Amino acid sequence: MTDRFNLYRFASPATFYPLAGRMIPWFIAASIAFGLAGLWLGMLVAPTDFQQGEGYRIIFIHVPASWMSMFIYLVMAFWAAIGLAFNTRLSGMMAQALAPTGALMAFLSLWTGALWGKPMWGTWWVWDARLTSELILLFLYIGYMALTAAIDDVRRADKAGGLLLLVGVVNIPIIYFSVQWWNTLHQGSSVNLTKSSMAVTMLWGMLLMALCFWMYSIAVALARARTIMLERERHTDWVKAELAGEQK
Amino acid sequence: MIYWNSFGDFIAMGGYGLYVWGSFGVTALIMAVEPILVARHRKSTIARLRRQLRADARVENRSTEQ
Repeated sequence: MTDRFNLYRFASPATFYPLAGRMIPWFIAASIAFGLAGLWLGMLVAPTDFQQGEGYRIIFIHVPASWMSMFIYLVMAFWAAIGLAFNTRLSGMMAQALAPTGALMAFLSLWTGALWGKPMWGTWWVWDARLTSELILLFLYIGYMALTAAIDDVRRADKAGGLLLLVGVVNIPIIYFSVQWWNTLHQGSSVNLTKSSMAVTMLWGMLLMALCFWMYSIAVALARARTIMLERERHTDWVKAELAGEQK
Repeated sequence: MIYWNSFGDFIAMGGYGLYVWGSFGVTALIMAVEPILVARHRKSTIARLRRQLRADARVENRSTEQ
């Protein structure tokens, strides 16, 4: 019974707001620490790739950005499902807070992919399954943001946006398995649970960079969520107290 | 421990410098600008909400005086 009570407590913006505020500096610090370690390993220590030369080092941001672009979408879809099922206030705010960061990650995935594709494949872009489905993911993020911004009523915006997110979630397994399902220019996954095709320093560099991107996304999304909470809950007593308290 | 022989080698990236640094540069730019935009939006939102709060308080005071 106490567990349930606690869960509900943290689902309330009034409790979540100060908690998020205390956690953000830690996520920033963790992101910087993982980023420095990952860059040091990946850019300074890791040896060259026997097939791709030094050009392979784009992997240290391309893969983390691509993972984040897919994972953030899944988290948004999860919040959308919770919001549609239980009508919770927090879920819409979290989805809203994550969307711009997810869109940026999808953009970075495409951008670094183009810069990687040019020297390795001889082209910036091909309409192949992996690349096209990632582009659709970027459009889904942009579509979600445009749709929710176009609807004045916040509750309705959350509902419409949530439906879009849930319909679009079908795209995530398509991106993930595209390299297995279709013939594609894109290489298969480099990381595998049983055997990895990468050298140990490369693998660690990439995992550390992935953690860096992870912490960064959490910090930015929490910061954005806090602003959205103030905005949406402006008529509540806790926001009025918060605004009065932060007066300098 | 360090793989590179010279700083020049590091910058050249074996001829892939443009592609590697083009990727890292834009990523660094985005990861620097996004938090700044979030912080600025937060500041302006707080300022606007405070103004609204004060305006509401004034309206309330006036209505109680009459």
